[in-house]
Amino acid sequence: MATVEQREQKEQRPKRLISGPGMLLVWLYGVMVVGAVSRSVYQIATDFDRAPLAYSLSAVAGVVYGFITYSLVRGGETARKAALVCCAAELVGVLTVGTWTLVEPSAFPDATVWSDYGMGYIFIPVLLPLSALYWLRTSRDVSGVTR
Amino acid sequence: MLDALTLVTGVAALLLAAWCGWAAYRDQPTKDWHFIGMAVVSLLALVQLVIGIVALARGEKADQGTAIFVAYLLGAFACVPAAGVMSLAERTRWGSVTAAAGGVVLAVLEVRLYDIWGG
Repeated sequence: MATVEQREQKEQRPKRLISGPGMLLVWLYGVMVVGAVSRSVYQIATDFDRAPLAYSLSAVAGVVYGFITYSLVRGGETARKAALVCCAAELVGVLTVGTWTLVEPSAFPDATVWSDYGMGYIFIPVLLPLSALYWLRTSRDVSGVTR
Repeated sequence: MLDALTLVTGVAALLLAAWCGWAAYRDQPTKDWHFIGMAVVSLLALVQLVIGIVALARGEKADQGTAIFVAYLLGAFACVPAAGVMSLAERTRWGSVTAAAGGVVLAVLEVRLYDIWGG
């Protein structure tokens, strides 16, 4: 019976993911959302044909960043899991695109957010998912405890 | 004029970042004085926004395009206030870290603005 009560309590007050270091993550993700989305909107709107692959990837990155930001702000267990999956996808994306741009630069006439592992963004794109994954994993251990 | 202002705003943003970083290092949340500092930096960014738009209106051109220039000006203006609000919501050292990160991001934006305008 206690478990049901506990669950009800949890549902009433979704676990906050933005306390402590989470706030910094939301800020950085927010910056990346603005950066990636505005960049891709501008590029796709002006000359998409120059580097369709790069610009599409930037747009995808923006959407992923947006979803993670929303999940962090919303909080709760489901959002935490969803954010975990997205951060893993983000990390895979950064590593794939980063390697891809180094191996075959000709496929990318123009840079994406994830080019060269995010070097143009002081490597934030590759550091961010790592710290977010770490944060999301530790925040499971303190579940239910408000901090 | 715009270049000088870009430099001043960038340096002020870095100072703000260092100051808030110091507060975080000492395990303190952002205090009134920090918010006054953020207000000063935000004011600089606002002046920059106005002067940038006036320069465009007078027919001067940004090297890398008007749309990008205005977008960066707006981003630079919004940057520190947004971080400030978030540090208000997080009254621990992590709020200070967030504000410091806001200063660093603004400094980066200023470097980009310098390039976009074309020095």
